[in-house]
Amino acid sequence: MGDIVKIATRESYGNALAELGQKNPNVVVLDADLAGATKTSTFKKAFPDRHIDCGIAEANMTGIAAGLSTCGKIPFVSSFAMFAAGRNFEQVRNSIGYPHLNVKIGATHAGITVGEDGASHQCLEDIALMRTIPGMTVIVPSDDVEAKAAVFAAAETEGPFYMRFGRAAVPVINDNPDYKFEVGKAVVLKDGTDMVIFACGVCVAEALGAAEKLAADGISAAVVNIHTIKPIDKDTILEFAKKTNRVFTVEEHSVIGGMGSAVCDVLAEEYPVKVTKIGVYDRFGKSGPAGALMKEFQLDAEGIYNQIKAKI
Amino acid sequence: MGQALPYVNNLQIKSIEKGKPKMNNKELQITATKVRKGIVEAVHSAKSGHPGGSLSAADMFTYLYFEEMNIDPKNPKDPNRDRFVLSKGHTAPGLYSTLANRGFFPVEDLKTLRKLGSYLQGHPCMTETPGVDMSTGSLGQGVSAAVGMALAAKLNGDSYRVYALTGDGEIQEGQIWEAFMFAGAKGIDNLTVVIDNNGLQIDGKIDDVCSPYPIDKKLEAFNFNTICIDGHDFDQIRDAFAKAKECKGKPTAIIMKTTKGKGVSYMENQAGWHGKAPSDEEYEQAMKELDEQLAKYEAEV
Repeated sequence: MGDIVKIATRESYGNALAELGQKNPNVVVLDADLAGATKTSTFKKAFPDRHIDCGIAEANMTGIAAGLSTCGKIPFVSSFAMFAAGRNFEQVRNSIGYPHLNVKIGATHAGITVGEDGASHQCLEDIALMRTIPGMTVIVPSDDVEAKAAVFAAAETEGPFYMRFGRAAVPVINDNPDYKFEVGKAVVLKDGTDMVIFACGVCVAEALGAAEKLAADGISAAVVNIHTIKPIDKDTILEFAKKTNRVFTVEEHSVIGGMGSAVCDVLAEEYPVKVTKIGVYDRFGKSGPAGALMKEFQLDAEGIYNQIKAKI
Repeated sequence: MGQALPYVNNLQIKSIEKGKPKMNNKELQITATKVRKGIVEAVHSAKSGHPGGSLSAADMFTYLYFEEMNIDPKNPKDPNRDRFVLSKGHTAPGLYSTLANRGFFPVEDLKTLRKLGSYLQGHPCMTETPGVDMSTGSLGQGVSAAVGMALAAKLNGDSYRVYALTGDGEIQEGQIWEAFMFAGAKGIDNLTVVIDNNGLQIDGKIDDVCSPYPIDKKLEAFNFNTICIDGHDFDQIRDAFAKAKECKGKPTAIIMKTTKGKGVSYMENQAGWHGKAPSDEEYEQAMKELDEQLAKYEAEV
């Protein structure tokens, strides 16, 4: 596969914000003492007056963002997913979601690829939490290209956004001229006839790897990148479910309530078909290097391949 | 059932020179009594709601909307308006009655409070109610939003001011202190937080449940310009806001001692009237008392 460029999507988030800062004077960025880790420090350097460090007080940061947005600002609230969605769930629901304010939540360090920090910091529940909030757009970008596109789209689209970024570097897979990011529109990365793998975030590249291994076994697996969990792309999900009649979902998130559940919500109602949800099975994360954890949790290409093989 | 409230606000707001009082104390007392009547009317009609803390803050609500704040009922979304965040959102009847009497919507509509289809939700909803600047209700969150609004003014170089009202029980919430710490540390001087110190919360006296005292010393330590007043004395309220405006480099906290249920004899200082609607009989008595107060103030003008 040659030299694959790898970039962490938190890095993409920071770079996109710095770019956005030039274009849109209303963009402000908030941090809770994690600007170095959320990669917003680039924005902070370029626009010190528009970067607000709230200290280690995520709930207050979320409320401040809500207030700023009522006065025409476009605040990007940055923290780890565990705090941005977990600790802050109720602030996001009541101070941002209920009044449908134009606040963008940039949640970095999601999932087990946080690595060594371990379970306390590895949020595996944020997609589930955020997608239950009425009017919340939930995006889980798969790589650098998509992450940046998501940030730009969020700034241009009125209403609350939750964007989930990762700590670990992931392969750039969308760097091609045909790639187009549209909120709520899935990206078909590989066609197939025997099954479809719906994936999001860091698991998209791994799912492509798994599909390659399946191909070597003579199994034709389609791979569809569901970058927007909400509003979900019903049409593409139904199209590929009907085409293949066997659905797998893969995500670096609990299998309870995440992207897989969102896909099941669509299929249960419109086209009942067998679905296997691959993800983290009702357990907490662990300390260790990100790559080793992906292997341990069977979310790397080989793990996904093995899990699929065991089910067919 | 309850008597109809006058549809049109009959208060004459005198347009006078900038910087001079728009209303004298007597006129403010008359208005505050009308606001109290609206609170009782709304809560009685809803058969639920929070009269105690609405009544304790009625004088403050009145002062803010009739005297202090730069707002226009005809243009409730004016970007240059002063902002108000009711952090103790359960006292929505107090805010609604004030907004109605100020002309944001018909006083008559107060009777739709909490009813299906009404734009007067149980707790303030900025997307439904004209004049509501922030949706609140879950305690402890409003001051953060007010800080954000004040910060936006600073970032834009706008001159509007931001006001927030919290309960004294509400400041048991941790997020409030995150917001106080931030506002104090950053010296957000276009923010004034009023704390309604009526001394009671649902489970009893605030100092029995979990004392937040000394509120003034704590806020001083958080770098606030701290002012303690009697929240039913319009001279003291007027003076406090004048001092808040003069203060540069610090946010102001006005800690106002009040009587929960103020204006309705049987509700005064009773924790039980925190969140309970009066019966028809109790309603009649409350309205009679408030009408008598109104007649007395009007006779004095």
